[in-house]
Amino acid sequence: MREMNGFDEERIGRLLRLLPPAPEGWVRAAQELPAARAALDELVARAEQDSAFRLQLQADLERAVADAGYEPSPFIVSRLRRLLKAV
Amino acid sequence: MAVEQTDAQLVSRCRQGDPEAWNEFVERFSRYVFAICSRGFRLAEPDAEDVFQEVFARAFERLADLRSDDAVRPWLAQLTRRLCIDKLRLLARDTPSDADPDEREVDDVLAALDDAMTVRAALDKVGDPCREILDRFFCRDESYRTIGDVLDMPAGTVASRISRCLDKVRSELDGRSRGSRPS
Repeated sequence: MREMNGFDEERIGRLLRLLPPAPEGWVRAAQELPAARAALDELVARAEQDSAFRLQLQADLERAVADAGYEPSPFIVSRLRRLLKAV
Repeated sequence: MAVEQTDAQLVSRCRQGDPEAWNEFVERFSRYVFAICSRGFRLAEPDAEDVFQEVFARAFERLADLRSDDAVRPWLAQLTRRLCIDKLRLLARDTPSDADPDEREVDDVLAALDDAMTVRAALDKVGDPCREILDRFFCRDESYRTIGDVLDMPAGTVASRISRCLDKVRSELDGRSRGSRPS
């Protein structure tokens, strides 16, 4: 094996092993963030304008999100819970 | 040879709202963030997942605040590191222990992961089929036989392909290093 600029074949292999793929579901969820963000913006705007909807969210957040036509993913639910504190 | 965008080019596309760019951004840095959580801080899977999602959520929200698009990798590393420490401190509230990990040990892991990302970038530049073969062998820990079955080649050929591909990656790294030397 040749050593050049600190990267010989053995070291390249060793370094590649340090970066296994992240679980697919995690990657997909992160890739869906922009869509989730758009859903959050809409849900928060609606909660600010519609007191009945705000009450629904406070009573059962996951169900209210689903009834509004969005998937109540853990990301949306946790972020929404945080954002609603400010509404 | 595949044409790979630089980190700065990718960040710039994300800022412009290109929907494909965000997917590529997550794809490019997901291994890095995952490795910092799991190797650097040895977080258990559910905790690592929380941090992983939080890192990308904050990255998405704050990408516009990044001072230099070139600096996205260290910025992500710092963000991940901070969130891992927060997570460990939170966990220590429930189960008291030495929450903060050994800083020097973490620094060493992060330095190795940085080198690994440099190699990964060179591998992306070399492109397929080398990228796929080396990824399957080193990152997914697949055997010669499994790789041979998937790629429809004799298992004996896989070993020589791996060797040739490693040589290509090394040449790519060598070229990069020469290119970055001051003239």
